Amino acid sequence: MTSSMTLDQFDILALRREFPILSQPMNGKTLAFLDSAASSQKPRRVIDCLEDYYRRYNANVHRGVYRLSEEATFAFERARGKVARFINARSQREVVFVRNTTEAINLVARSWGDVNLREGDRILLSVMEHHSNLVPWQMLAQRTGAKLEFLSLDGEGRLVLDHLDAQLQGVRLVALTQQSNVLGTINPVAEIARRAHAAGALILVDGAQSVPHMPVDVQALDIDFLAFSGHKMCAPTGIGVLWGRRALLEQMPPFLGGGSMIKVVSLHESSYADVPARFEAGTPAIAEAIALGEAVDFLQEVGMARIYAHERELLGYAIDRLAGVEGLTIYGPQTTEMRGGALSFTLEDVHPHDVAAALDSEGIAVRAGHHCTQPLHAHLNVPATTRASFYLYNTAEEVDRLVAALDKARNLFG
Amino acid sequence: MDDLYRELILEHYKHPHNHGRLEHPDISAEEHNPLCGDRIRLDLRIEHDVITDVRFDGRGCAISQASASMLTDELIGMPVEEAKRFSKERLLDLIGIPLEHNPVRIKCALLALKTLKAGLYGVGHAPDDDDL
Ligand SMILES: Cc1ncc(COP(=O)(O)O)c(C=O)c1O
Repeated sequence: MTSSMTLDQFDILALRREFPILSQPMNGKTLAFLDSAASSQKPRRVIDCLEDYYRRYNANVHRGVYRLSEEATFAFERARGKVARFINARSQREVVFVRNTTEAINLVARSWGDVNLREGDRILLSVMEHHSNLVPWQMLAQRTGAKLEFLSLDGEGRLVLDHLDAQLQGVRLVALTQQSNVLGTINPVAEIARRAHAAGALILVDGAQSVPHMPVDVQALDIDFLAFSGHKMCAPTGIGVLWGRRALLEQMPPFLGGGSMIKVVSLHESSYADVPARFEAGTPAIAEAIALGEAVDFLQEVGMARIYAHERELLGYAIDRLAGVEGLTIYGPQTTEMRGGALSFTLEDVHPHDVAAALDSEGIAVRAGHHCTQPLHAHLNVPATTRASFYLYNTAEEVDRLVAALDKARNLFG
Repeated sequence: MDDLYRELILEHYKHPHNHGRLEHPDISAEEHNPLCGDRIRLDLRIEHDVITDVRFDGRGCAISQASASMLTDELIGMPVEEAKRFSKERLLDLIGIPLEHNPVRIKCALLALKTLKAGLYGVGHAPDDDDL
């Protein structure tokens, strides 16, 4: 493959023009944005959608009996429907709007966890979890006396599942990422869900890195909860989703109390609204939710399978090219098999901050640090890594620029 | 790039001054930057309220290591009282790169100074990052 590798899945240049930020110069060069795992860029139509809401039909939802409020409510609920279809939920009532993945996971830990967990119950996580899918469970364990157990990783950063059935003994909940934000590893969620259910456990999937990048079907996976963030999938910040099986959500108490989540309120007690309203106290992120619906339309028009294929092709090219950079170590699977486009690496002893600063001066945006996975970095025995991550708008030429800039950085600091 | 990595910084990074450990230091302190895993350890020899010898070691980015190296050069022969008042502006001046608008990297640059203050004042008594 060469840098002129053509991506026949779609017209990448036309697609890039949809993202105004990508045509912006950065330190005198064209911006190569390789940090979509942290937050993606937004297409013009999503930005326009926000503006359209504020210009044309800004009003609170589920309240006013006037035209504007009805229009806003309609658009807000239609967005919920789009999200439900996007992940193949049985009903849009299963889609709870929250701020982000972190809030979705905290909601389950607080609401489901506090009611259902007892001292000695187990929660099974993995060593590769983002702090968002770790700290809420530590807090829950402290409140309830439940215990945390961890699936370990093999040398390529894949889950070790040899003893899964034994490890599932006494487990009430498995909370697992579908795709690692550092290693790129895609975990076999459907299989783990099947075995978790056989052992009487529920499974929550952290979809922050999977939902934006590949087709995710909650029914096919047969999972119980799914958490993801709009801002990583072409939508604005401040909007995220908790999907849960309706029967489970129905049994869960509210997480936050206030307006919108009630049926009848008297001075000393209240009855709670049906799901999902029960979990959506207060005025929601209306414009952001509607724009998430727009982002979902955009992604579906491009096609999630094509996005996945494109990233996989780019990833394969990047793995090949980076192998030629002296002193570079890639963490995680070394092939594209069951692997997504988050590529973390170290360059000899050059500190990741220096690597990232060197890349920045070439207009290349990557992330350096522990990527909110300190336990994983402890497991890998490195204090920090540099991460390049891909999305639908990235190109082989950007990979070439990355490789050239890394060679330069190695000479500078080496 | 040239802004962030002056020749001098790369020189100190590749060939740090006063690197290593002191035997039986009078004061020894270590600080981390949890954000990036940078670590600096400073050993000081103090005679009659004057710093007579310094060594540092640690690991981290070029800016954190170079700034530690530059700071140690300044410290040798400095009265303890003066070292206690060594300001962050003075250190940033030495480093000579514009970091005011780079909140992440400024922490790297100031880690050595933070370590020095922790050693001189005692952990828990050192000024906050913002008042270094
Ligand atoms: C795997 C994973 N889980 C959770 C999160 C947290 O997402 P947010 O910060 O949007 O809540 C992230 C984002 O960095 C992530 O990559």
